[in-house]
Amino acid sequence: MKASVIVFPGSNCDRDVQVALEKFQIATTMVWHQETELPKSDLVVLPGGFSYGDYLRCGSMASKSKIMKEVIKYAGTGGYVFGICNGFQILTEAGLLPGALLRNNKLKFICKDVQIKTINNQTAFTKKISEHKILTVPIAHNEGNYFASKEEIQSLKDNNQIVFQYCDKEGNISGESNPNGSFLNIAGIVNKNKNVLGMMPHPERVIDQLLGGTDGQEIFRSLL
Amino acid sequence: MKFEIFVTLKKDVLDPQGKAVEGAIKNLGLSNISNIRQGKYFTLEIAETDEHKAKQQAEDACKKLLANLTIEEYSIKKLS
Repeated sequence: MKASVIVFPGSNCDRDVQVALEKFQIATTMVWHQETELPKSDLVVLPGGFSYGDYLRCGSMASKSKIMKEVIKYAGTGGYVFGICNGFQILTEAGLLPGALLRNNKLKFICKDVQIKTINNQTAFTKKISEHKILTVPIAHNEGNYFASKEEIQSLKDNNQIVFQYCDKEGNISGESNPNGSFLNIAGIVNKNKNVLGMMPHPERVIDQLLGGTDGQEIFRSLL
Repeated sequence: MKFEIFVTLKKDVLDPQGKAVEGAIKNLGLSNISNIRQGKYFTLEIAETDEHKAKQQAEDACKKLLANLTIEEYSIKKLS
């Protein structure tokens, strides 16, 4: 299996995700944003970070970069695209996922472990996670407050596109377990065709006990 | 041709930054100021003599990059 990790100016989780992919024997190529061709890939990852210093809106400038034209084409043919944190923001700005990520409702950068519930385990990214399993994964963002129009939210529900929701340790999805004000506690969604996943939590940061947890492994294992 | 562009959050989108600014304004004792919403302001020049065409290009820039139409709206005004 081969993956391409897109590197934008300001990406800072690109090498972390490379380490995570390679831990699962996924051969990984780093692809600079100015490239105009995507290497043959089974998966494209948009990593976390602060592409273009978050200027204008998070992910807005990165979503217009040269390589993104190829990524959009690739996603259109059913290729798997996985955006983490800033990668999720880029996917919404590129129109590959509905909605937008706004400032956290309490206006603070949040960096902590949170619990997320696996709502849809029928995707290529979650197929080896048991239904409703609670994962502990860190978040580190200032703009993770998921927003979408009423129609878009309804469509997300109708098509089973909500993949992860913030919850507490017992799995309750409530206002108290919502770290950033996201609609419906949304932490991760897929597109209608289920080949594009965006999530704010960082699974690549919990792939080894030495890093403090292993719950992120479940996503990378699902991809194999 | 020079234009100015305002990009603002749509009415039904919460604006926590505007809220925080409003809190600070109230702390200053300016208690009758309310409903503060924060937005973005751009000026730009377009090398085009036809006003209609120039405005269309400004619209294009708004739709494709300057505003995110999921959450924001924009207005364009010709300056010179």
